[in-house]
Amino acid sequence: MTHLLRAESVSLGYDHTPIIENLDLEIVHGAVTVIVGANASGKSTLLKGLARLLKPDTGQVTLNGRNIAALPAKKVATIVGLLPQQPIAPDGITVADLISRGRYPHQGWFRQWSSTDDTIVAAAMAATNTHELAERRLEDLSGGQRQRVWIAMALAQDPEILLLDEPTTFLDVTHQIEVLDLLLERNRERGTTVVMVLHDLNLAARYADHLVVMCAGRIVANGTPAEILSADIVRKAFDLDATIVSDPVCGAPMVVPIGRFHGLVPPGSPRLNVPALEY
Amino acid sequence: MTTRSEVKTDVAPLSHARARQIRREHRLVLALLGALVLVAAFSLAVGAYSLGVPDLLRTLTGQGTQSENFIVLSLRLPRLTLAVLVGVAFAISGALFQTVLRNPLASPDIIGVTGGASAAAVFGMLILGFGSVATSLAAFAGASIVACAIYLLAGRGGVVGYRFVLIGVGVAFMVQGLLGYLLSRADLNDAQGALLWLVGSVNGAGWQEIAVVAVVLLALLPVVRVLSGRLRVLQLGDDLATSLGVGAERTRLVLLVVAVALAATATAAVGPLAFVAFVAAPIARRLLGTGGLALIPTALIGALITTVADFTAQHLLPGQLELPAGIITGAIGAPYLLWLLATSNTTGKSA
Repeated sequence: MTHLLRAESVSLGYDHTPIIENLDLEIVHGAVTVIVGANASGKSTLLKGLARLLKPDTGQVTLNGRNIAALPAKKVATIVGLLPQQPIAPDGITVADLISRGRYPHQGWFRQWSSTDDTIVAAAMAATNTHELAERRLEDLSGGQRQRVWIAMALAQDPEILLLDEPTTFLDVTHQIEVLDLLLERNRERGTTVVMVLHDLNLAARYADHLVVMCAGRIVANGTPAEILSADIVRKAFDLDATIVSDPVCGAPMVVPIGRFHGLVPPGSPRLNVPALEY
Repeated sequence: MTTRSEVKTDVAPLSHARARQIRREHRLVLALLGALVLVAAFSLAVGAYSLGVPDLLRTLTGQGTQSENFIVLSLRLPRLTLAVLVGVAFAISGALFQTVLRNPLASPDIIGVTGGASAAAVFGMLILGFGSVATSLAAFAGASIVACAIYLLAGRGGVVGYRFVLIGVGVAFMVQGLLGYLLSRADLNDAQGALLWLVGSVNGAGWQEIAVVAVVLLALLPVVRVLSGRLRVLQLGDDLATSLGVGAERTRLVLLVVAVALAATATAAVGPLAFVAFVAAPIARRLLGTGGLALIPTALIGALITTVADFTAQHLLPGQLELPAGIITGAIGAPYLLWLLATSNTTGKSA
């Protein structure tokens, strides 16, 4: 079933400090959408708004045309799930227990646990390669393992639209690729719509079907990475001079930052004259 | 659409893990139940007039002599029953507070909720001459007022964490002041009775107090049972809870009301038995060691603490006077509080 998640002229903020004002965004069904932007550009805020963690001050977020805040919370949770940037867990919790808690929205008042839940949780553990960790405690795991466990929990929730806030932060490059591959696999094999905030522009460009570039609470570009990722946009959103090349692995656009000390001199910018070190 | 994950699904590790966790909890519950039965038997049998096991069983099945009946059924049994019930009430109340506020320090005895109940109950007893039901209601009102005050002062979004605890400690001091005022104004005899009650004692338990606590437990424990699924999700933080379809703020409010009611009822019955609410859940969770909610072990630990404390205060400490059980629970709880403060990190979560 197609699910349409939209932000309709939403304004979002914390304690009356607006962060996002009057923003419109339609999440493309079945695609991987990556939101990028400088720090404090409102990426996480937008994600929280889409997942109804933050109530819009004005405007609304709609799911299939209906205001998401007015829909039954548990029902929404079977369609839209969010993995926060730094989720918390009770001390001593085991991996199996944590992942199983992702099944909560699928359980009723009297139906506590079923073999369907078992199968789905086991599948989530298999997909994230966490089944061997089942009886380990979360706090005893490495950062990469822990992140895989959290993603397994999100997969166990089995939402059709999965939102993730910086799922690769604090991971080394190997584990970043591992996590992103896992999410792409989920998207390609199950058709799960994936929306995530990423910091690394090049990974974003490689994994995104759709790229949303944010700056100061607004969307400055929205489209496929090939369409929209240009030196202009990078300068606008990140205040950074960069040159765009083609990713030798997959052909996606790749952002190469310039900085003050190296390479090309962008027209009109002051160039520091750095003498080479003498040995 | 065929999926690879469906093909390679192996449920075994998962069901093993869960089965082991359930077995572990069952074993713990059985062990705690056994310990409780043992303590109960000692409490009923041992005293100025001690009975053997056969005599005790005979008396409990209604075939005791008149003096045995009086000592066991009229003096010791109500006392034991009340100790068990308030132990359960305090323990569950503490577990709810600590879990919902995600802070091991946020138990009703630390943040002044039982203090509020005490002040209102003492006011009712000393000034208004309330009976046990009215005192319970007054205690609930006092606890609710304190809880609301903390909730409002902590502000929106500030409910979780140290802020709430610090405000609670501040409120607890204010309540102490009020209590001091009430006691200093009261008649000396009344004040001494109130003071004994304030330490927490199951001495002189009557069936009326027991009935009040039992009814409240019967009404609220099923609520806790129904909400335990949401509580488990709430343990993962507000963001994940909302994402999983649990209204975090509303669930928290309902559970806090239940917790306040439990603490208030228990306080009204026996006084603010120090630290039972504070230590029961952490002990139970440590014994279980799986990160589960451990509500049943928590309840049993609570009952064990109060019964052992009462037994110790009655029989194992030197002195002619019967000491109130609250002295013992305080002696257990205070070192734990110090340990917790010494090992907790800056965010207030215990290490």
